[in-house]
Amino acid sequence: MQTNPRILVVEDDAHIRRFLRSALEAEGFAVFEAENGQRGLIEAGTRQPSLLIVDLGLPDMDGCDVIRDVRGWSAVPIVVLSAREQEGDKVAALDAGADDYLVKPFGVPELLARVRAQLRRGAFNAAGESEPQVHFGEVCVDLAKREVQRAGEPVHLTPTEYRLLTTLIKGHGRVLTHRQLLLDVWGPGYAERGHYLRIFMGNLRQKLEADPAQPAHLLTELGVGYRLSGLA
Amino acid sequence: MPLAYVRSNNIAMTEQRPDPDRLLDAIRQEEAAAQRGKLKIFIGACAGVGKTYAMLQAARQKQAEGVDVLIGAVETHGRSETAALLDGLPMLPSRKLQYRDRLLPEFDLDAALTVKPALIVVDELAHSNVEGSRHQKRWQDVEELLSNGIDVYTAINVQHLESLNDVVGSITGVRVRETVPDRVFDLADEVTLVDLPPDELLARLAAGKVYLADAAERAAKHFFRKGNLIALRELALRRTADRVDAQMRAYRADRAIANVWQAKERLLVCVGPGGSAERLIRSAARLAAKLQADWIVVHVETPAQQRLPKHRREAMLAALRLAEELGGETAALAGTDPAETLAAYARSRNVGKLVIGHRQKPGWQRKLLPGLADRLAERAAELDLYLVGIDVQAPPPRPEPRTPIGTIAWRKHAAAVAVVAVTTALASALLTVFDLANVVMVFLLAVVLVAIRYGRGAGVTAACLAVACLDFFFVPPRLAFTVNDTQYLFTFALMLVVALIIGQLAARLRFEADVARQRERRAHELGRLSQELSAALTTEQIVGIAGERVLAIFQAKSAILLPDSHERVREAQTEEAPYRLLESDNSVAQWVYDHQQPAGQGTATLPASPARYLPLKAPMRTRGVLAVLANQPGLFDEPEDMRLLEACTSQIALALERVHFVEVAQDALVSMEGERLRNGLLATVSHDLRTPLTALVGLADTLADSQLGDATRRELTEAIREKAKGTAELVGKLLDMARLQAGAVQLRRDWQSLEEVVGSARRQLDTVLAGHKVLSHLPADLPLCEFDPVLIERVLVNLLDNAAKYTPPGSEIHIGAVSRSGSLRVTVEDNGPGLPAGREEKLFGKFERGESESALPGVGLGLAISRAIIEAHGGRMHAENRSEGGARFVFTIPQGTPPDLNDGDA
Repeated sequence: MQTNPRILVVEDDAHIRRFLRSALEAEGFAVFEAENGQRGLIEAGTRQPSLLIVDLGLPDMDGCDVIRDVRGWSAVPIVVLSAREQEGDKVAALDAGADDYLVKPFGVPELLARVRAQLRRGAFNAAGESEPQVHFGEVCVDLAKREVQRAGEPVHLTPTEYRLLTTLIKGHGRVLTHRQLLLDVWGPGYAERGHYLRIFMGNLRQKLEADPAQPAHLLTELGVGYRLSGLA
Repeated sequence: MPLAYVRSNNIAMTEQRPDPDRLLDAIRQEEAAAQRGKLKIFIGACAGVGKTYAMLQAARQKQAEGVDVLIGAVETHGRSETAALLDGLPMLPSRKLQYRDRLLPEFDLDAALTVKPALIVVDELAHSNVEGSRHQKRWQDVEELLSNGIDVYTAINVQHLESLNDVVGSITGVRVRETVPDRVFDLADEVTLVDLPPDELLARLAAGKVYLADAAERAAKHFFRKGNLIALRELALRRTADRVDAQMRAYRADRAIANVWQAKERLLVCVGPGGSAERLIRSAARLAAKLQADWIVVHVETPAQQRLPKHRREAMLAALRLAEELGGETAALAGTDPAETLAAYARSRNVGKLVIGHRQKPGWQRKLLPGLADRLAERAAELDLYLVGIDVQAPPPRPEPRTPIGTIAWRKHAAAVAVVAVTTALASALLTVFDLANVVMVFLLAVVLVAIRYGRGAGVTAACLAVACLDFFFVPPRLAFTVNDTQYLFTFALMLVVALIIGQLAARLRFEADVARQRERRAHELGRLSQELSAALTTEQIVGIAGERVLAIFQAKSAILLPDSHERVREAQTEEAPYRLLESDNSVAQWVYDHQQPAGQGTATLPASPARYLPLKAPMRTRGVLAVLANQPGLFDEPEDMRLLEACTSQIALALERVHFVEVAQDALVSMEGERLRNGLLATVSHDLRTPLTALVGLADTLADSQLGDATRRELTEAIREKAKGTAELVGKLLDMARLQAGAVQLRRDWQSLEEVVGSARRQLDTVLAGHKVLSHLPADLPLCEFDPVLIERVLVNLLDNAAKYTPPGSEIHIGAVSRSGSLRVTVEDNGPGLPAGREEKLFGKFERGESESALPGVGLGLAISRAIIEAHGGRMHAENRSEGGARFVFTIPQGTPPDLNDGDA
């Protein structure tokens, strides 16, 4: 069982813990549980999990504080569970360092897909640090040559579009909040200019997506941010 | 027999039972008294008997008992024994008021009310406050302290009591101007007489223990004579004894309420324009106090009085005010014959005793012209008449400079001359046909007509002229003034008498008509006011009507002040307020509102302010304050006008109260409606939630049965999943609706791309929409639009979900958008069966569904939520059927101007 990824579930509701445990164990993961934030931090420190699932509404402390604490010493992927009303909390958790979120109520397939994606991303990043070429859909990006091709044809991107694309690639599989993207691509002082993102994301989709109205890779997380999915 | 016994017993009980109204009244008075502070008055015969000393000793005693005592105002007059008593008692600093380039110390009423001690000592009850204080008199300050629940100790000399003022004046020859109404003294909770025999007082005076101001020294020497002191002492003792006696009677009355009820006596006091009105009123007040009777002071307004000079009229009105201060009711009656009018009024008010002034007249005058008393005795034998001797030495009314004859009078006389001239011309023509005796009749007719038309004066002129003309032109010898026939002398006398009588009658008629007209005008105005007020539906309308009517009736501008939720009155705002109050006036109005007493010009409270303030008292509570600006002097003097104004205020107050209750009723109705809606919602929600939850429980129970095959298990699991998802969706929608309705949703607007939002909505619904063909027709150059993306996504999700739900699989769903004239128009269309005709608008109601008995899941909140969201964005939403078949939902939201991109990167 040494090789099996370990997953720590920090969630106060016993039923949800139970169903998460059975679903994850069925997939071959080793599951540890914590019913509150303090317990969760201790478990995270001692069990060295490969992934954390953290509920935002914990009885003893704010889920965001748990995430910040963990991020202080670990880059382990963190998936957040939140209710629909907590849009602001979701963004705060992502800004605090969470990688993805699931809105309650969610199904087991959805949960497993997210968990696998995060674990894969960790593996990809660990293995492909030096890999200069990345692919998603028909698109191939050569990070060393700064070239972008779609179905074998070169695509011209403006410098800002290219910066946005590489930022998304660096954080692929994660949900990047508007704030994070604006800071990374445009720099401080642009954090409140969400409309920049909309326009440049629109441009990128026009240039890279098969159906810009229904993007397959450059995905919108409405009210939260964007995510690049399907990177290979 | 037992029956009869019971009955007689019953009768006995009814007789014994005290009148419940009276009992209630007594309880109410007790309650009011309990809230009010207690007043203790130290009364003395004159200065120097030791009132202040006794009062301070009593205060120290109270302090020793642990009562919170404050010295509000005390004048020690430099007496060291008195000053020593002040040691250790907290003193209220006096307020300094500017009065003609001097700063005068004055009792600080507001500070006292703020400190709110249990007991306050305020010396010299009769003191007149420095100009600029809230009240003119200190006793009014004391009243306010009492009504705020503060106990008061105060002191007074007997000569300062209003009703004894003239008596003391006549004994000592010194009239004091500072007086206190007797009711303050009578209503005091305790009265302590501070007594000192005259000899001891004189000894103290000789020893210099009684302080006399330099200016008052001369008067005081005259004052402090032993005879005076004895008389004053007797007055003080007797007045206190009267009070004790009254207390004793009240005590007895309390013990046996049923036995003492009787019709209260009423005194009617008639005052005339003479200088004796004040004396008459004081006597009547004392008499009324002795008889424990209510008293009414009237003056009869006769035509003669309307011609009275202004200052005499004002003196009489001042006398009426004095009567009011002394506790009497006042009224002004109009009539030509005082005796007749008085008798009628006395009967209408059920008055048994009449007080009138009586002046000594020479015998022959008494025979020829019977006085009012005699005439009254003749007309109303049932009335008891009290004659109050009017001071013979009282100065007779000052002869007034005759008012110059105005142009109107000249015109009347000129008209008389003209009429006589015309008559003369006519008569000369007639003389050729008729006899002289008949021509005389023509002249008589002319005189009568002139007297009727132009009054007595012109009538006399006409009579004189007519006789002169008759004599000069017609009586032989013609064209000469020689009357040799005594017959014509008789004609002359007759004509003069006719002119006088007719003139008098005409004047009286005109006066009565005037009075009737005025009365009618007032009744009419009041009627019109109440008619207009009864039609008013809002407070603003009432304010407007009141301003307009007061202006019409009194030719005075007015304003209405209404209380806010903190009981602070503020001027009601109307578009055309007739009178804007100054800032300082608001405080007067506030005082009026708090104390429910009139203030301002013509009253004893803040008389310097330019307006009169009247509380708008309605049956339940005071509804506000009416301020009337007195732009003409004497507006508030006429008792009739005041009564009319009071009638107006009560009409306005009633209208305000009515509107208030209408509003309360409407609020209740609205909340009832809300309650009904909420109940409907709860019923539906509980039904729609319970059904899937019951299914869930049932499905789970079935699943727990281990005998099931794998296929069945999978089926059941899928059903549970579907039900749970549906329930989650419903709860989500209900929460949305609740938040939208509670106004708790804050739009998080930002510049958004509609394409992104459509994409996100479609991704969310990809399983639902899998069976349909969804086509987006969004222009590539669609500009950014400012909206809340999450909420607009919810609108699109609802619309797409509906389209998928209500159209057969394989149908097309089109999403389109156009940007035009500053707004974004988004359409979601399908080619399904379309909407039920005529019910398009109803779909947006809560819990509305296209088909009422549909088996499709959902509660019909989606469209209601969508519309609420769009409306929160300042947009509109509607549904229609497409001409080519299918439904179309359209929403439009304002687009705004998207911000520039200062990026430099294209």
